[in-house]
Amino acid sequence: MHQKVCVTAIINDEEVTFLCEPRQSLLEVLRDVLGLTGAKEGCNNGNCGACAVLLNGVLVNACLVLGVEVNGARVTTIEGIAPKEGLHPLQRKFLEHAALQCGVCTPGFIVAAKALLDRNPNPTEHEVRHWLAGNLCRCTGYDKIVRAVLDAAAEMRAQRQPT
Amino acid sequence: MQSFSYVAARTLAEATAILAREGDQAKCLSGGTDLIVFLREGRRRASVVVDVKGIPELNQLSYHPQAGLTIGAAVPCHRIYSDPEVTAHYPGLIDAVALIGGIAIQGRATLGGNVCTASPAGDAIPALIAHQAVCVVASPEGTRELPIEQFFRGPGQTVLGTGELLVALKLPPPRPRMGAAYLRFTPRNEMDIAVASAGVAVSLSADGARFAHARVALGAVAPTPLFVPQAGEALINQPVSEAAVEAAARAAQATARPITDVRGTAEQRRHLAYVLTKRALWRAIERARTDGKERENGKLERGG
Repeated sequence: MHQKVCVTAIINDEEVTFLCEPRQSLLEVLRDVLGLTGAKEGCNNGNCGACAVLLNGVLVNACLVLGVEVNGARVTTIEGIAPKEGLHPLQRKFLEHAALQCGVCTPGFIVAAKALLDRNPNPTEHEVRHWLAGNLCRCTGYDKIVRAVLDAAAEMRAQRQPT
Repeated sequence: MQSFSYVAARTLAEATAILAREGDQAKCLSGGTDLIVFLREGRRRASVVVDVKGIPELNQLSYHPQAGLTIGAAVPCHRIYSDPEVTAHYPGLIDAVALIGGIAIQGRATLGGNVCTASPAGDAIPALIAHQAVCVVASPEGTRELPIEQFFRGPGQTVLGTGELLVALKLPPPRPRMGAAYLRFTPRNEMDIAVASAGVAVSLSADGARFAHARVALGAVAPTPLFVPQAGEALINQPVSEAAVEAAARAAQATARPITDVRGTAEQRRHLAYVLTKRALWRAIERARTDGKERENGKLERGG
């Protein structure tokens, strides 16, 4: 085993210092070292998107990042999406539209959808489906997820520009 | 996953010294979307992983009308297609980097990684060949440059020697009235690997009626991505016509030497080499007529 490395990163707006082995993925560090179990391990090879997080604001799969790589970086996980009180509009709309069943893919979908709405507050259905192509869901058939994202986008736009 | 040590290199000298000292046991990490999977699955062994994305030369992304485009090997796909100048001048490359993996892969996956993984199906490579890219390679002894079509030896194998590191890709400025395109065939629309692919670039004569220059490359139909000079030569000075495009597509198809595997049969791939070359050529011609015109107008407006 190689020596553990000391890493400092901003995780969900808090500075965190942790020890990890170079071979540990960011996903393993989040779940096993830091106790942030929202990001899920699905395929562990970049196909399913269940471990999606934001790394310096960019959507990535945490299973394809080494923990040591995030030294000095800013990481946002599903745990950092909701405000102090209540839920993020995406989370609420996923519940309202029943856009989840088993829920394993949900954190990844919500993080990915947030990354989309941060860039494009008014996506078309096609843009939503294209953006979420890297997230797999075995339960819903995707339609409810797409509708939840479009509805959340509409609500967030209305809140930003009250008429 | 297998155990290794990790070094975040800050300079070319530091990285190439480690690569020279450790040889095969050192692996370069940029976006990690291939390497981390390979290490996890035991398809590659490493005692040290050298993170090269903190090296300034590997992070440059600069375009100059005379010098052309320089893309550092560690620049991720999303930075390339978010750059308005690359989008305007190198449409074949944009086609490719915008369809590698999904959005989360494009946030990390780099051009240098796609080239160094050296998959016969690597999406960026036919587009880079069409755009006449040159690889800049560093070693402890200095740097050398070579055309990208000379970079590959076989599936997963490149000409990089011990101590050598891919630093950047240099693309010449677009020719007048130039268009380019990359097309692939996949069973899924997204998140898939090419069964076969074609990258092409054409430039048209001043009146738009003839081909002034053309380059054609194929992916996933040979042990390496294929540059097909015969296909480009078949177009030069020919009128822009069905017959000329047909001849070039047949020339491309004739060089394909595909295998049958889990993604497709040799016969299907030979057929795809023809169809994709043809379609990519027409898309590139359309772009040469429209994008090229906009480029010319833009130049006139700037007084250039």
